[in-house]
Amino acid sequence: MTEDKVPDGFSIRSADRPAVEIEEVYKSFGRVDVLQGVSMTVREGEVACLIGPSGSGKSTLLRCVNHLEKIDAGRISVNGRLVGYHERNYRLHEMHDRDVARQRRSIGMVFQRFNLFPHKTALENIMEAPVQVLGTNRAQALGEAKALLAQVGLSDKAGNYPSQLSGGQQQRVAIARALAMKPSLMLFDEPTSALDPELVGDVLAVMRTLAESGMTMIVVTHEMAFARDVGDTVAFMDGGVIVEHGDARQVITDPQHARTQAFLAKVR
Amino acid sequence: MAADTTTRPAPPEQIKAVPVRHPGRWIAAVVIGVLVLMFVHMLVTNPVFQWKFMVDNMFSAPVLRGARTTLVMTVLAMLLGVLLGIIVAIMRLSPNPIVSGAAWAYVWFFRAIPRIVLLFFCANLGALYGTYDLGFPFDQQIMGWLGLSGDLRFLGLNGNQIFKGFTAGLLGLVLSEGAYMAEIVRAGIQSVDPGQTEAASALGMSRAKTMRRIVLPQAMRVIIPPTGNETISMLKTSSLASVIGVVELTDASEAAIHLYFKAIPFYVVASLWYLFFTTVLSIGQYYIERHYARGSTRNLPPTPFQKLMRMNLSFRRRSYTYTPAGTQEERP
Repeated sequence: MTEDKVPDGFSIRSADRPAVEIEEVYKSFGRVDVLQGVSMTVREGEVACLIGPSGSGKSTLLRCVNHLEKIDAGRISVNGRLVGYHERNYRLHEMHDRDVARQRRSIGMVFQRFNLFPHKTALENIMEAPVQVLGTNRAQALGEAKALLAQVGLSDKAGNYPSQLSGGQQQRVAIARALAMKPSLMLFDEPTSALDPELVGDVLAVMRTLAESGMTMIVVTHEMAFARDVGDTVAFMDGGVIVEHGDARQVITDPQHARTQAFLAKVR
Repeated sequence: MAADTTTRPAPPEQIKAVPVRHPGRWIAAVVIGVLVLMFVHMLVTNPVFQWKFMVDNMFSAPVLRGARTTLVMTVLAMLLGVLLGIIVAIMRLSPNPIVSGAAWAYVWFFRAIPRIVLLFFCANLGALYGTYDLGFPFDQQIMGWLGLSGDLRFLGLNGNQIFKGFTAGLLGLVLSEGAYMAEIVRAGIQSVDPGQTEAASALGMSRAKTMRRIVLPQAMRVIIPPTGNETISMLKTSSLASVIGVVELTDASEAAIHLYFKAIPFYVVASLWYLFFTTVLSIGQYYIERHYARGSTRNLPPTPFQKLMRMNLSFRRRSYTYTPAGTQEERP
């Protein structure tokens, strides 16, 4: 019933090495089973889009990848290393907070509600983690932060506080903030869902450029056109499982599963 | 109108209407005016106030010493109380039930005891033990089991000497204030959007760093106003320490009253000093609040000084208006 296997013949840009491996993951909040056996692999340089109705478990799956949520069963590895646990002699040991934090440095995350630090300017938001976590010296961090702001088209907003920026500008600063840690993987949790329709385009453009630069990305989104055009693969989730998973253009334009067809018919 | 793009339409004529009359406001103003006049009349004509005597004594050495003690005690009690409050609040939010339980018990206990009882208690700690030693817990028992005699202590303090007067008063006030501040700080921390902690963790920040750099600075906005309240309240509560022999402002005034047999002038002296300190503290609070308002409002409110400057300018140059950002703009 579930189409978990990734078919051959994909347009995958870089080597076939897996960046993220998710194996039979289960997760429940109290008595609500959110993930019920999810498996998928994201290769290096791949842009994987997760689509599906709300409550299907897409965001939870994304948050499990950087251990913001603990999984109940299964395993998740990023760049070949287990997330949140050490494995010694075939036994799992919980990771110390410090090691979890270290692991998260290489995984950038962008939130639906931006979550910029409101008491810091755009520039300070971007510099915070490199200076405080990586110990980069301020001058270097400042240079890099300015370059990142230019990259997302907001050089003139360096001194603005988040409250002085539009939603689309805030989200672009949030992307720059995540990139400042030089991550090897970027997670996007519905990055355009809280934006006015006219601001969505700017954010998607930044994400498209990032995808073209070869960044490995997992994107939870409701933007079907983005998933089709920028995504390499699309996974359709419903009821805590992946219902259909395959080449982005094929899943969006010619879905095979009845539930995927019904969902896409409604979204269009 | 839309067809003509070369010339602007003339601005519409301003409305000139007869304003609504408010006779109630006039009556209220007159009543208040009369009451103020009566009050001033009393101050000026009643000989009991003895204004000259009062002013002479306001800056007399014992009163000044008392005022200084009040101020030092308030500042120290608040500094230590806030510090203690932050620690207890963070403990209270710990996932460890023993740690959060201990914090809860602390708040429960010290909020339950009236401050005056606590002060009496602290002043009598010398009765509990003659000396207070710093050393290894249960050292005598442990040495006994090991078949040795003696103890593992390295600092002994005489209980009756340290737990009296200023130190005892400060201890009581800090313990009590810590409990109230803990609740204020906890409310502040919990007011910060959990998304902030998530964003910081996703960037790889440690829990401690997230608390110090991300959560607490934002919690300050919620913490400062009630803390200002607590500080002003502490200024007055410190007068309770007079019952355990601390010569602060109230006690110094009382002493002067017994010396001169003139009550009202010295109560006025004490009141004026408390008024003065409260004014200074309120101004301080304003600027601290303004500091932590960074980013929460689109533009910081102007300081009173800036307001004054702008008012001056707008009297002189009517044609200029000031945008909230503080940049000048000529009216069209």
